[in-house]
Amino acid sequence: MTQALTADIFWELLQEVKDPEIPVISMIEMGMIGKVEVEGGVVTVDVLPTFVGCPAIEIMKKNIVEKLSTVEGVQDVQVNFVFEPAWSSDRITEEGREKLATFGIAPPPKVEVGDLMDVLCPFCNSANIQMDNLFGPAACRSILYCNDCKNPFEAIKPI
Amino acid sequence: MTALIETVEQAKGNPEFLNALTALLFQMADDDFILAYRGSEWLGLAPHIEEDVAFSSMSQDTMGHAVLFYELLEDLGVGRADDLAQLRDPQDFRNALLVERPNGTGHYVENPRYDWAYAVVRWYFYGLFKQARLEALSNSSFKPLVLVSQKMMKEQRYHVMHWQVWIAQLANSNEEARTRITNAVDRVWEDLGSLFAYGSHGAEFVKQGLIESEDALKQRFEEKAKKAFAMCNFDWKGLPQAPAQTGRDGQHTQDLIDAVNTLSEVYRLDPSAAW
Repeated sequence: MTQALTADIFWELLQEVKDPEIPVISMIEMGMIGKVEVEGGVVTVDVLPTFVGCPAIEIMKKNIVEKLSTVEGVQDVQVNFVFEPAWSSDRITEEGREKLATFGIAPPPKVEVGDLMDVLCPFCNSANIQMDNLFGPAACRSILYCNDCKNPFEAIKPI
Repeated sequence: MTALIETVEQAKGNPEFLNALTALLFQMADDDFILAYRGSEWLGLAPHIEEDVAFSSMSQDTMGHAVLFYELLEDLGVGRADDLAQLRDPQDFRNALLVERPNGTGHYVENPRYDWAYAVVRWYFYGLFKQARLEALSNSSFKPLVLVSQKMMKEQRYHVMHWQVWIAQLANSNEEARTRITNAVDRVWEDLGSLFAYGSHGAEFVKQGLIESEDALKQRFEEKAKKAFAMCNFDWKGLPQAPAQTGRDGQHTQDLIDAVNTLSEVYRLDPSAAW
């Protein structure tokens, strides 16, 4: 017997679709999945880009389509990139924030755009850190330096 | 004040609105695209490696903004986004003169003698202008533009913060640095008026409620730029007049023609290739 296609099935599967640049964290945990709708065999997923210019967007789309298409009865997977609601770093879940830290990336401070320094070193939890470079290897991240454990680390920008 | 147009489909049903919207989107897309291309020519040439990472990241984000505008044009039925970026003739570009200026003398593959002071000053004041333009879209009659501008505004603040570190330090540093920044400001100011010009569609932009007037946009920019001048300990220069010739109506320099030919060279070899 084939199971009825419900949004819950796909939410569960989306938990397995990881951020291509931070493979420990899922797109759900990043707060990037806005909505999942199922109508007949068509699944529609609204994705909230972190940065408009993020080059990983197309890879995310491909990964979502591949993952959700594995479910029996799915005829088509539509991925829409939407700006309502707009992604904000506050959308990252608690689990997501913990996983970022284990990956060596400080989770974003829950503050307004601009106040970047209020993060802890993900390696030693020190607050004795400094900003090295606002723009790191990805637009959404900055490079900081820990003055205590002497490690450079990245932090997600508050946005 | 025109009624809010919520969707692409609604816009398509209103030819006058669609015309004005298309013209405005090309201006914004081409500004970001060409400046991002100029940024990409700096790859590997920035003063230090961390700046190289940061500058590339900002150029990429800026190009992403251009992509979003081209995709809106695609949704509106104007053409495929990739084709709009890479297959149009240079005279069909609607970018401002300021963004098409070369980075300096030479070429990125041979003898690049690029001017870092000019890069800092151009990107910083373009950044302030872009913030002003995004603000001027916040009450736009086209809802997708309102949403997009709000999102971009948050990102743009980081770009501006980055360039501000450079310009403030160099302008307040030793004599050579200050002279170079001063000269770069003079050069940027010669072209600055090109950013604010809406060209021959300007009246329609405002009539259709797409964006605030040129004067309102200038005022928003002036407030930000005056603060920037104070931070650099420069006397305020005032805003230049709009130029007689404008890229908004397709008048460009040989530098843009060369840039478009270079950036689209590979794509033109086989536009149907999958990437």
